[in-house]
Amino acid sequence: MSFISYLINGISLGSVYAIIALGYTMVYGIAKMLNFAHGDVIMVGAFTIFTAMGQANLPPAVAVLISIVVCTVLGVVIERIAYRPLRGTAPLAVLITAIGVSYFLQNVALLRFGANSKSFTSVVGVKPLSLANGELIITGETLVTIISGVVIVIVLTLFVRKTKPGQAMLAVSEDKDAAKLMGVNVNGTIALTFAIGSALAAIAGALLCSAYPSLSPYTGSMPGIKGFVAAVFGGIGSIPGAMIGGILLGVIEILSKAYISSQLADAIVFAVLIIVLLVKPTGILGRNINEKV
Amino acid sequence: MKKFIAAYRNRFSKTTRQNTLTFGMVIFAYLFVEAVLRTGNMSSLLQGLLVPLCIYAILAVSLNLTVGILGELSLGHAGFMCVGAFTGSFFSVCTAGTMPNLLRFIIALLIGTLSAAFFGFIIGIPVLRLQGDYLAIVTLAFGEIIKNLVNVLYIGRDESGFHFSLKDTMSLNMNGGEVIVNGPQGISGTPKDSNFTIGIILLIITLIIVLNLIHSRTGRAVMAIRDNRIAAESVGINITKYKLLAFSISAGLAGLAGVIYAHNLATLTALPKNFGYNMSIIILVFVVLGGIGNIRGSVIAAVVLTLLPELLRGLNDYRMLIYSIVLIVMMLINWSPKLVMYKEVLLNKIPFIAKRRKEEE
Repeated sequence: MSFISYLINGISLGSVYAIIALGYTMVYGIAKMLNFAHGDVIMVGAFTIFTAMGQANLPPAVAVLISIVVCTVLGVVIERIAYRPLRGTAPLAVLITAIGVSYFLQNVALLRFGANSKSFTSVVGVKPLSLANGELIITGETLVTIISGVVIVIVLTLFVRKTKPGQAMLAVSEDKDAAKLMGVNVNGTIALTFAIGSALAAIAGALLCSAYPSLSPYTGSMPGIKGFVAAVFGGIGSIPGAMIGGILLGVIEILSKAYISSQLADAIVFAVLIIVLLVKPTGILGRNINEKV
Repeated sequence: MKKFIAAYRNRFSKTTRQNTLTFGMVIFAYLFVEAVLRTGNMSSLLQGLLVPLCIYAILAVSLNLTVGILGELSLGHAGFMCVGAFTGSFFSVCTAGTMPNLLRFIIALLIGTLSAAFFGFIIGIPVLRLQGDYLAIVTLAFGEIIKNLVNVLYIGRDESGFHFSLKDTMSLNMNGGEVIVNGPQGISGTPKDSNFTIGIILLIITLIIVLNLIHSRTGRAVMAIRDNRIAAESVGINITKYKLLAFSISAGLAGLAGVIYAHNLATLTALPKNFGYNMSIIILVFVVLGGIGNIRGSVIAAVVLTLLPELLRGLNDYRMLIYSIVLIVMMLINWSPKLVMYKEVLLNKIPFIAKRRKEEE
């Protein structure tokens, strides 16, 4: 039974990674940049909920909604001010700017909330589920996290495949200039991608901090990196790939914490990533792009 | 004076002039700092920063070899620094008292550099087959793995030799003796051999190695791979060999910086702060802000960006906030096509600069 409960915990953590990875993968697919500030948007989202629930006494659902709005606006503003002026220049330049934005968000949170970690009140009100005569207990947080992960992937896939803005995203990620010639609003589409990615970050922040209730200005950075690893794992740019990558990563992490060593869990996660990339250099579901001379 | 400058320009190639400028800058900075130290006008805070400045400069120069010259993004540079720091420190603690201090320190530097270069070589074989952001994430992963492994490494020594373990001190099965590497507590009791003079000497050695490499046949081959891999391959350049060479040298020099770092502290531990990906990113910031491929720029950026938070100390809590804003603004000014154009127009309005630019044409 303990194996199954570890597995379920792993899938739950993996769903959070998957939601973060979706934000990474969409932004990477379309803007070809590693958004290192993504993890810190998660942190901002979590702090928004913390403030809304703790100081304004709003109900959890409203707090989550406010956090999604705040993060969406933040994502679009960051893109407009820090990333758009650098579009088309060296990818490294954008990467460093993203790191600058990441430092900026962390330090704003540090000034506002201090360095001590706060205890986060869960936003999930679902009762734990008891199975097999109470031997296996699944917490409400776990259930909600897994379900939201699945729903988000399905909705996003439908959005990209069936709607006009979604098709525009695909076109821009394929070829920016050709898309522009065909009348696609490239700037608008990229801004929309950042908006969706940041909204996902807000949801990820709410779920992550409900399951692991401690919140500090640095809460977002390690899950951010893990989300990035998950995105690469599944094949960067692919939506189902991000889901698979995230869940695999979460399961490997929880199982190695339980059975091998809690200190080595991160090392094992990274080692598996390296092995996957060596066997399949573009990730599990990544497309192979042939090089033309 | 004018005559002298003209003669100097005609006599030496552009490369020689640039290199002289780089070395001259470092030596001048050294003499300046030593002079201020003699007058006793330097705060103890700033004095404590002198060795870290050299370490950061060496790290930035060595990473620039990977990022600027080889053209591959590495996010695991701190991992190589970690290898160098721990091997060098381990050697020093083991042999403390058996040989003269300076000799021991030199051997520790060599051991740290070589083992980091060896790690770079081993990691480079699989990693350098990947490209672009995939390579970046794998180097990041390797850096984190090295840091995590060091945190669970236990090494002890008694009469029967060395004992290794990845669990705890109990499982070392020691018969008396002493624990040298103690997992998360790291290595303590490393002799404090580093000082500013040694740091500057090693920085100059690093600069000599890197600058000579760049302007050699090997360096040109590496840069050819960076500019066009397929074209380079088709003229008979052995891609794997040169990539591995540049990557290992870069890793080795990071190890060198690690040894200096370890010998500047009483206790060496592998924390996310000093050997995690954050450190790798800080070094990358020096490289990009100083100019990708510009060795002198790396040194200047490392010094300026290390001093900046200290100079802003008066602003207390706001200093890191201002640091991040300065970072973003500097990136935008230096890289945004529009702002670069405005900057050019403004610079051309200044008579002195406009005149010099015309002369150069």
